[in-house]
Amino acid sequence: MSTVYAVTTALLSAAALLVLVRLLRGPVALDRIVALDVLLSLIVSAAALGVAARQEGSFLPVLLVVAILAFIGSVTAAHLIERREGMR
Amino acid sequence: MNTLLAILSAVFLLSGAAFSLLGAIGLLRFADTTSRLHAASKTQTLGLLLILLGTALQVPVKYGLVLLLVALFQLVTVPVTGQIVGRTAYRTGAVRRSGLVVDKLGRRLEREEAGPPD
Repeated sequence: MSTVYAVTTALLSAAALLVLVRLLRGPVALDRIVALDVLLSLIVSAAALGVAARQEGSFLPVLLVVAILAFIGSVTAAHLIERREGMR
Repeated sequence: MNTLLAILSAVFLLSGAAFSLLGAIGLLRFADTTSRLHAASKTQTLGLLLILLGTALQVPVKYGLVLLLVALFQLVTVPVTGQIVGRTAYRTGAVRRSGLVVDKLGRRLEREEAGPPD
């Protein structure tokens, strides 16, 4: 099972690296918001893996909090961008 | 029984991670914001749900309930985020209008601009 955890972590890390490239490049701010949202969902996946690998539940609140913060953050940032464009 | 659970869990974990990676590749390679949103939502739902499922098979049931809660929350919120970010992308001109087949929002926005401000 530990091999499976290692391979899964490696795949998730590769995905996070690609998302980071998009985060740095993203031509408009919305691309960066989408990339951050995906990055946070990858963090939730990695925290779930940590729960399975260590067999202890101290990471479980982290899962919930990061998921909720990702949602609130993305929606708020999108709203702010919409309002900012409306001002021009 | 235990071996079967381990094999199932490994399949779920690896396919979820592979799906997350595919979504990240799509996020990197697609051309405009809405296409990237399409790739991103796949990572956020199917990739994450498969990994949560694989995790739930390995941990005690009381942890599995929290994982189920996260999964349900993700299923409810990702479409909402996608809709709001997509609408914002459209209104700020990040969408290539020439590639659209159906464009109901464009007609509505034109009516709004022509009519009295509300």
